[in-house]
Amino acid sequence: MGRPDGAFIAELLQRGVTRRMFMKFCAAMTATLALPATYVPRVAAAVAASPRLPVVWLRGQGCGGDGEALLRGTNPSIAELLLQFLSIDYVETLMLPSGADATASLQAALTKQRNGYLAIIEGAVPTADGGAWWTVGGRPIRDVIHDVTAGAIGTIAVGSCAFDGGLSAASGGASGAVGVSQVASGPLISLPGCPVNPWNLAATITHYLTFKELPATDAGGRPLFAYGPLVHNECERRAHFEFGEFVLDWGDEGAQKGWCLYKMGCKGPETFANCASVGFDGGLSWPVKAGVGCIGCTMPAFWDAMSPFTRRLPSPVPFFPNVTVDQVGQLAVAGIGAVAGLHAVGSFARAQRQGAARRRLARLAAGAAPAPAAEAAVPTALPGLASAPSAPEATAAPVAPERAATPEAAVAAPALPPAPDAGLAPEAAPPPAPATPPAPVVTTAEPADRPEEMLPPERPGEGD
Amino acid sequence: MTHLALDPVTRVGGQLRVELELSGGTVSDAWVSGTGYRGLERILEGRDGRDAWLMAQRICGTGGLAHAVASVRAVEHALGVTAPANARLLRNILAGTQLIAEEVAAFYQRQAWDWVDIRSALTASPSAASKLAQSLSAWPNATTSYFDSIRGRLAAIVNSDQPGPFAAMTGHPAYRLSAEANLLVAAHYFDALEWRRTVLGIETVLGGKTPHLQTLLVGGMAIATDWGGPSRPVQGEHLWDVVRNSISPLGAAGLAAVAQHLDDAKTFVEQVFLPDVLNTMLAYTDLAKVGGGIGHYLAFGEFPADSSDRPVLALPRGRVMDRDTTRLIEVGPSGVAETTAHAWYAPEAGGDDLRDPSTGVTVPRYGGPKPPFDALAGRDRYSWVKAPRYEDDPMEVGPLARLLVGYASGDAIIQAAVGNAISTLGLAQDGLFGTVGRIVARAVEATVVAGRLDGWLSDLRDNMASGEIAMADLTTWDPASWPSEAQGFALGESAQGAAGHWVTIRDGRIAAYQIVDGTTWNASPRDGDGRRGALEAALVGTSVADAGRPLELLRTIHSFDPCLSCGVH
Repeated sequence: MGRPDGAFIAELLQRGVTRRMFMKFCAAMTATLALPATYVPRVAAAVAASPRLPVVWLRGQGCGGDGEALLRGTNPSIAELLLQFLSIDYVETLMLPSGADATASLQAALTKQRNGYLAIIEGAVPTADGGAWWTVGGRPIRDVIHDVTAGAIGTIAVGSCAFDGGLSAASGGASGAVGVSQVASGPLISLPGCPVNPWNLAATITHYLTFKELPATDAGGRPLFAYGPLVHNECERRAHFEFGEFVLDWGDEGAQKGWCLYKMGCKGPETFANCASVGFDGGLSWPVKAGVGCIGCTMPAFWDAMSPFTRRLPSPVPFFPNVTVDQVGQLAVAGIGAVAGLHAVGSFARAQRQGAARRRLARLAAGAAPAPAAEAAVPTALPGLASAPSAPEATAAPVAPERAATPEAAVAAPALPPAPDAGLAPEAAPPPAPATPPAPVVTTAEPADRPEEMLPPERPGEGD
Repeated sequence: MTHLALDPVTRVGGQLRVELELSGGTVSDAWVSGTGYRGLERILEGRDGRDAWLMAQRICGTGGLAHAVASVRAVEHALGVTAPANARLLRNILAGTQLIAEEVAAFYQRQAWDWVDIRSALTASPSAASKLAQSLSAWPNATTSYFDSIRGRLAAIVNSDQPGPFAAMTGHPAYRLSAEANLLVAAHYFDALEWRRTVLGIETVLGGKTPHLQTLLVGGMAIATDWGGPSRPVQGEHLWDVVRNSISPLGAAGLAAVAQHLDDAKTFVEQVFLPDVLNTMLAYTDLAKVGGGIGHYLAFGEFPADSSDRPVLALPRGRVMDRDTTRLIEVGPSGVAETTAHAWYAPEAGGDDLRDPSTGVTVPRYGGPKPPFDALAGRDRYSWVKAPRYEDDPMEVGPLARLLVGYASGDAIIQAAVGNAISTLGLAQDGLFGTVGRIVARAVEATVVAGRLDGWLSDLRDNMASGEIAMADLTTWDPASWPSEAQGFALGESAQGAAGHWVTIRDGRIAAYQIVDGTTWNASPRDGDGRRGALEAALVGTSVADAGRPLELLRTIHSFDPCLSCGVH
C-alpha cells in the first residue's frame, strides 16, 4: 500500500518540490497542530508513506470559496502537496466527468472505497421544501451528504456555512439552512471560517495521516489546535491595545502607524481562531495586518452576531446577543462557572487545548506559543464554546432584523474588559476573576467602547 | 427525439443543470436551470449599509471581489460620496488582477479538457512539445526535460487506479489536437494553478486574505500608507521610529510585492495564456460559427480612469445589437429589468413582469417537482435564475461582449488586440460570434487588462509620493449624516459579464437590495415572451456526435464560464 519514502521524495522533486520544502511543510504542520518539534520526522514519515487517501469533496449551499481557498493556499502550495497524498475522486469544480458521468464517478468512489475515504464538505444544507433549494443531479444535497458521510472514514466540514449554515442561515434567509453536522453521520470535525483557512485543513488532514484519527475538538466539533486561541491574545497589534494606542478613524495617524483596531470594531477579542499566528497565504498577511478589524468569521452565526462589523458590539457575549450581563453574572454567581473576562476565555481554551495535547505527550510547539496567562480559571459554562448545556440561551438562535433595528444606545453593558495586567501574569497566578466584577449592569449611551476609565490613556498624535 | 439532462455540469461555479431535446443528433431545444438558491438579496435587508459589500462579496468564492467593489460603489452612489483616486486605483488593481486570474482559470481549469485529450498528451514526444512551445512564445519553461517530467507526472495520475478528478472523456472523435499540443496545455494546467495561487497573493497583501478580502470601505479603502506616506519625512523633520510588527500593505515592501505580482500576471498572460488559447483554437476554427446564440452583446464596462460620474473606462460600456460591431448603442441603468416569469419566485410579489432592479422584488417560492426529480424541461418554472433583459431584449454578456463593445467604441488597444487574434486564427471578421470566439475573447481581454495594471500602480505611487495619501472619503462614514432614504446603483463587470448592484437605504439600514450578475444574463431562463436566455439560445442547433458523451455541448456551456452561485445568489 504505502509508497517508499524515496519514491515519494523523487516524485516531489520531479515536480519542483524539494525535500527541504517538504520538510518545512511538515514542520509547519507539526507546529500548527501544537505538537513538539520532535514529531516532525514522524509526521513526515507518515505523510510520505500514506497511500493516496481517497477524498470526496461536496459543495453545498455556499459560494465555493472554501475549495478556492485551498487552491490559493500558501507556499509550498497546499494544493500541490495535497494532490500528492490525496486522491480527490469527486470534486465538481475541477473534475473532468460531467452530468451522469460525474454521478457515476461519485457512486464508484462510494462503493469502491466504502469506509475508506474522507468526506470534505463545504457549504450549508438547506432543508426547506424537502431540500429542493440546492440539488445535485436532481437530488437534494442533504441526501447526497447523507449517503457520502455514511460510508466515510470521517467528515471535515469546511467553512462557516458547513459549520452552522453560515450566510444562508443568517437572518433573512429562508432556505432553512443548517450546518453539515445536522445531516451527516459518522465522525465529523468542523473548520469554520469564511473561507476556511486552508492551512488548518491541511493540518487536520496531516493529523489524520499521522495518527489515523481526527484531532481533538471542542464541544462544537472544532479542532482545538486551530480554534482554541483567542485572536486578540495572539494579535501582533496587542501591545498597542495595552498602551492605549488605537486607530480612531480610517487612515488616521494610528492606522498609518499600525495601532490597535479595537475601536474600529475589530472582533478579535470575541473570536477564537489561530489567524493571528498562522495568517493566510503562508503567513503573508491576515486582515489585522492589512489594517482592518477581524469580523469574527469563525464564530457561530457570525453574520448576525458579529455585525455591524465596524462597530463595537453591544452584547457582552456577542455570539448570543440575547444574553445579558446579569444573566452571565447569575450563572457565575450560581457557581456554574467563573466568567473571568476575555483572558479567562483564552485560558479556558488553552487549558482545553493543552489537555488534548498532553494526551499526546505534547506541549505547545516552540514559536507558536501564545503569551502566558493565568491557567487556573476554567469556566465550565462558557456559551461561546457551545459547551453550556446549562445555559438555555445558548441554544436560542440569534435573530437579527429586530436586533439590528434596535438602536445600539438602548443596549446595556460594557464589553467584558480584559484584565489589563493579565498578559504579564505569571503562569501560576490565580485567575484574574476579581478584576472583572461579573454582574454590573451599566446602561450607557455609548456602549460601543469599554468604559473610558478602563482604557489606558491615549497617546497624543506625534506628528501633526 | 431524445431528452438529455446534464446535471451536475461540472467545472462551473454553483449548481447548473442543462436539459436538452435532440432530434437527429442536433439540439432542438434547451433549458438552463440554476438549482441552488441562498437568498443573498433578502439576507442583506436590515443590515448596516457599510457591511453590505462584505456579504455581497460572498456571492462567489472565486470572483466575489468584483461584486464587493460593485456593492461598495452602489452604497457610495446612494450616499453621494466618491472614493479618492488612490482607492479607485487600488480597486482597479485588485479587480483587474482577479479578472485575469479568473480568465486563466476559466481556460485551464474549466474549459481545457473539452478541447484537450489528456490521454493523447501522454503519448506526446517531449522534445516535439518543447519545439512547439518555443515556436509559440518566449516562456522559459519549455525544455524537453520539463515536458518529460510533466508527462510522467500526468501518466502517474491518469493511469493509476486513482485518477482523482482526471477520469477522462478520452478518445472522443471531437478531439483534434496533436499529442504535443495536448501535452502543452496539460502541462500549463499545473503551471496556471501555481501562477494563479501566487498572483492572487496580491489580495492577501492588500486585502488581508483571499478569497474574500476585507479592506474595502464605503468611501474608499481601509488600508493606510506608512506613517506620513512616502513623501515623509521632509527635510529636518523627526523620523517616526517604525516599531510596528505589521508591514503596511502600502509601505515599500507591500508595494514591491504588488509590483512583482502585476509583472508576473502580465508575463504569464502574454507568454502562456494567449499563445495556448490561440494554438488550441487554431485546430477548431471551422467550428467558429457553432454556439452563436442571441447575437446581442452588452457590457456595463469596468476600470474607471477618473472619479467622475461618467468615467472613461478601460473596458467600455455599451451594447452591440445583431452582431453589428459598426454601431455602438449607449447603455444606462434604466434599460435593465428582470422577470421571474419562469423562475421559482412568488408571482404575487409582482416579479413576473419586467421590473427595474431599483424596485425589484425577490420572494422565493420553489415550484419545481419534489426532489429527486428527472426532468425540469417543459415546466412553466424551471430555475432559480431570474431573467434579466435590456430594453426588453435578452443579452449575452462576458469577455466577448466586452471586447465587441470595446471594438465598436473604437478603443484602439482593443481593436488591435482583437485584430491580432483574428488574423492569427485566420478567422473572418464575424469569426468571433460563437463558442470559439468566447474562449479566444477571454485570453485577448486578459492581455488588454494586464497591460493596464502597471499604469494603475505607477499612478498610485505618484499620487502617494506627491503627498496625496488619503485612501478614503469619510464624510459620510457616520450613518447619522445619511439621508433618511437614499438609493444608489453601480454598474460594473464580473469575470462572467455585466454586473449591477441596486441598493435602497432607509434610516441607516438596507431596505432593499438587488443584484444582476453576468451569469444571470447568460444562464437566464425564458422571459415572459418565451424568449430563451443566451446559453439556451447558444446550445440550440449544436450537433452532438454521441449523446452519451456530449462533449460539443460542454464546450459551449463552458465557453460562458458560468457561475451559478453568482447568477442566482
